[in-house]
Amino acid sequence: MDIEKVQKEIVEEFEIFDDWMDKYNYLIELSKSLPVIDGKYKKPEYLIEGCQSRVWLHAGMQDGKVVYTADSDAVITKGIIALLVRVLSDRKPDEIINNDLWFIDTIGLKENLSPTRSNGLVSMIKQMKLYALAYKAKSEKTDDDGKTG
Amino acid sequence: MEFNIDKIREDFPILKRTVHNRRLVYFDNAATTQKPLDVIESMDRVYRETNSNIHRGVHYLSDLTTRQYEEARETVRRFINARHDHEIIFTGGTTAGINLAAFSLGEKYIHENDEIIISAMEHHANIVPWQMLCERKKAKLRIIPINDDGELITAEYEKLFSDRTRLVSLTHVANSIGTVNPVREMIALAHERGVRVIIDGAQAVQHGKVDVQDLDADMYIFSGHKMYGPTGIGVLYGKESLLEEIPPYQTGGEMVDQVTFEKTTFNRLPFKFEAGTPNYIGAIGLGAALEYLERTGLEKIAAHEKDLLEYATRRLSSVGGLHMFGNARNKISVISFVLEDIHPYDAGMVIDKYGIAVRTGTHCAQPVMDRFGIRGTIRASMAMYNTREEVDRLCEAIEKVKEMFS
Repeated sequence: MDIEKVQKEIVEEFEIFDDWMDKYNYLIELSKSLPVIDGKYKKPEYLIEGCQSRVWLHAGMQDGKVVYTADSDAVITKGIIALLVRVLSDRKPDEIINNDLWFIDTIGLKENLSPTRSNGLVSMIKQMKLYALAYKAKSEKTDDDGKTG
Repeated sequence: MEFNIDKIREDFPILKRTVHNRRLVYFDNAATTQKPLDVIESMDRVYRETNSNIHRGVHYLSDLTTRQYEEARETVRRFINARHDHEIIFTGGTTAGINLAAFSLGEKYIHENDEIIISAMEHHANIVPWQMLCERKKAKLRIIPINDDGELITAEYEKLFSDRTRLVSLTHVANSIGTVNPVREMIALAHERGVRVIIDGAQAVQHGKVDVQDLDADMYIFSGHKMYGPTGIGVLYGKESLLEEIPPYQTGGEMVDQVTFEKTTFNRLPFKFEAGTPNYIGAIGLGAALEYLERTGLEKIAAHEKDLLEYATRRLSSVGGLHMFGNARNKISVISFVLEDIHPYDAGMVIDKYGIAVRTGTHCAQPVMDRFGIRGTIRASMAMYNTREEVDRLCEAIEKVKEMFS
């Protein structure tokens, strides 16, 4: 399923909720489904510091696809991360770099992505794309090396 | 005049609004307070009727605005009982005031290996400017520790003095946990050793009478917006002799006497410290806020807030899994707490949905959080217009938080 389709799927899931409390309860549920980051990556190098909540993010490359694992000390932040990982993880770098994440706005969680919330999420999305860019550059370099070698 | 809470709430238009379909409960007063109509209208009136730059024109409006600006200075003088008008410097706020103090006092008095004392409960605004000064001058910062209740350990304070101690900069009231420090005694102790004391009064002036002569503070610094006045205006009170001695901080127009390309001489106090066009509309708004406080009566406000603090402390203490930080015997109406196993950010998000504004996080006082080994708290800070019913609503919201995250 491409990124657009997954976003639409999430929006449909959220449409059944009438109020914020159902949404938050769902996020709390989702937080439990997040592919948990390996303990060895819960270090300062992988920490995205927010004044309100902290986020740890790791990206690995498997069969040409970027795989993200993450964690947060706040549950609602973690629930939103679970959504982001569901949309962006296990994809080729180009897909990740060239897509717009519009679903957060549509499902009414935009306030969670305001930079003033400083919950680490805005920086996290940036960091996810940066990882994708880095892996893309790395794979192109390997390709070049292959040709010249 | 009796303290009539309904009447007071009428004076603050924003309190009528709803947030997420519920009547707003505003418990973030330590961050900024709401404004009474008097303040809003005083500033609106200047823009509509008298606006003109001050101290420069000979024309009618300039004269009118200048007079209002200087009247506001006199109101501030009266409010904190300073000896002279010219000991009142208008600044952009407490942060601007402390930066002025750190620069100008630092230039005059701080040299290599000198020492400056601050406390472990300071807001970052009363840490970083001194840290920067210490870096510039190769001086040292000494820290007064706090006990488990969030009070300064005064015995340790005394021990920090050495023959290199030059300044003490201390908060009157801690923004993160509400502790009221015995600044009068602490100033006296420093003065016995010939050391000057700067007080950060940002969280104190709105909660009770402050008399700078009685305290004998060398400088007393505070903000307008935390005492029902506008943002972008603050006050630095300094003793005349001290302000005369130290160099200006920012330079430019208005603060000079004679300017040639060879040399500039500075204007007299207070203008020496008010470079450029000051926030005269803010100052006029602040004057209106202080008059409102005087009319309402600081003693009555303090009594009302004390009642609220006691009620809220009692109610919140009975909430299972709730831990309070800052149990000083003398504190203002601020309650900082955490809920067991629930991140303050999660709690704050849900509390917000009930129309209640609280602050979560470190409150710009990371050393205080470190002292208690926590990453942040939920802070409910109450003001003159808050009520017991609002405390009840907070307690209900906390119960919902616990249900959701259990």
